[in-house]
Amino acid sequence: MEKKNSVGIVETKYYTFAQAANQLVLESGEKLGPVTLAYETYGELNKERSNAVLLLHALSGDAHAAGFHKGQQRPGWWDSMVGPGKAFDTEKYFVICSNILGGCQGSTGPSSINPKTAKPYALDFPLVSIADMVECQRHLIDYLGIKKLLAVVGGSMGGMQALAWLVRYPERVKSAIPIATAARHSPQQIAFDEVGRQAIMADPQWHEGNYYAGPGPSKGLAVARMVGHITYMSDTSMAEKFGRQKKDRRQPFKFTADFEVEGYLQYRGDNFVKRFDANSYLYITKAMDNFDASDGKPLHEVFKNREVKVLVVAFKSDWLYPAYQSKEIAKACKLAGLQATYCEINSTYGHDAFLLEVKEETHLIKHFLKKVFYEYEVTGTYEI
Amino acid sequence: MRYETIRLEHRVILEWVEPKSSVLDLGCGSGELLYVLIKEKQVRGQGIEIDDQAIYDCVAKGLNVFHGDIDSGLAEYSDKSFDYVVLNQSVQQVKHLNNVLLDSLRVGKKVIVGFPNFASYAARFQLFFHGKVPVTASLPYAWYETPNLHFFSIADFLGYCRTAQVKVEKRAYLHTEKQVRLWPNLFAHTALFLISK
Repeated sequence: MEKKNSVGIVETKYYTFAQAANQLVLESGEKLGPVTLAYETYGELNKERSNAVLLLHALSGDAHAAGFHKGQQRPGWWDSMVGPGKAFDTEKYFVICSNILGGCQGSTGPSSINPKTAKPYALDFPLVSIADMVECQRHLIDYLGIKKLLAVVGGSMGGMQALAWLVRYPERVKSAIPIATAARHSPQQIAFDEVGRQAIMADPQWHEGNYYAGPGPSKGLAVARMVGHITYMSDTSMAEKFGRQKKDRRQPFKFTADFEVEGYLQYRGDNFVKRFDANSYLYITKAMDNFDASDGKPLHEVFKNREVKVLVVAFKSDWLYPAYQSKEIAKACKLAGLQATYCEINSTYGHDAFLLEVKEETHLIKHFLKKVFYEYEVTGTYEI
Repeated sequence: MRYETIRLEHRVILEWVEPKSSVLDLGCGSGELLYVLIKEKQVRGQGIEIDDQAIYDCVAKGLNVFHGDIDSGLAEYSDKSFDYVVLNQSVQQVKHLNNVLLDSLRVGKKVIVGFPNFASYAARFQLFFHGKVPVTASLPYAWYETPNLHFFSIADFLGYCRTAQVKVEKRAYLHTEKQVRLWPNLFAHTALFLISK
């Protein structure tokens, strides 16, 4: 399973904090504790502790960003970007990725056991925000002994977390790379999330969130994921991937999935159910919808006087997080006088591009990180 | 630094720009000028460029650059937020030139404009004797593929500055790698102006 440029076999670690006396106070004012974060690290922290990069995952991501878990064939979700010689070069940088608060892949979330009742929290789990997720990551960074991160990086909801870091803890980050993201959701983005949530809650197996003893709302969650997948692709990428291809001639039922695209969505939906908790889906999408990087203020005002370098990346065919939303972030950086770069990558993959356009992202991120790490004004030696 | 190897145009701009100032380069291309300005004059530089490949080149040089067009890229900057706004060889390609020039003069304390002189003898000769749209060293495109939207001469630009009440602080007229002193509107291929309002 050892592959070239891979970080190899990795293991998920766990950090628990916010015990009874020091419970975490959430943005809503509610208290939560203890809290566990699942996390992985790749590469070595240097002596100065100045080479740490925090990766922030999207809605359905997890702590397993790179390498392989023992006995598994599938690498981590950003394996193409993390490893020796890659964009996040593990020979230079210490890369950290943790599963978010509210998640279901090792970190505390609605499917975790509530110590008060000894049963899963389900809907007793308090509403969490993007800022709460960042607060937990801050605890983890403290625990790992890192004062200042070299970069916080993430696509989609990961980009929201990067913005939240920039606003809440500017003194703890040297740079931020928000990718294919928004400072706040548009009504269209909220609408798609709401369809997903309604699909889950309309499933008779949902039982007001108390389904952990039974089969759970797998149909509803699968439909939510199907809607999600449509929004992650583009008209062009769907046409290229599926066309109007039919799967086979057999038609046991009038409404069998006979187009390839139908089969693909069903497969994606069914697979998702195996690894994701429906209540987590409700909580996380709500956190994204409620997120506003500047809490109603103009974004450039909250960016003022930040000594943080920013690289904003968007994709031309992304209609879920259209480039204009990234441009707004870039504009706010301009107005606040931050050192910032904005790049719109020409891709047909839609929102998924942030996981797929490896070559372009690698070029941008590699050079940007190098400049931030060595504190260069400009890099390289060019014959002029 | 191999100072002599820098393009004459860039060398002139390098002389005009004060050390440690701030520069916004509109249509910065692959960032050669910004790179030299940062290395030699320690300026705080920012570029705006529309071409995909040029953006990647800028990032490889470690420059701060925005992917976008010049026509819509200036509006959000507040008044006098840069010491210099540079429009070198990009001014003839913007859609709304007058707006861009006036907005540059608002955003920058000073503006540096460089453009191909449409009235150079080479262009005049081709138009006069061949009756054809000129293709010269500074205007290298055939009429059917040129990205240039505005064709103007040194005399045109000076006339514009008078009407728009723009102050011409410095000027340089260039013929490939030499400066031109005599009859620039006839002999210069390109012109550079440092203007302010």
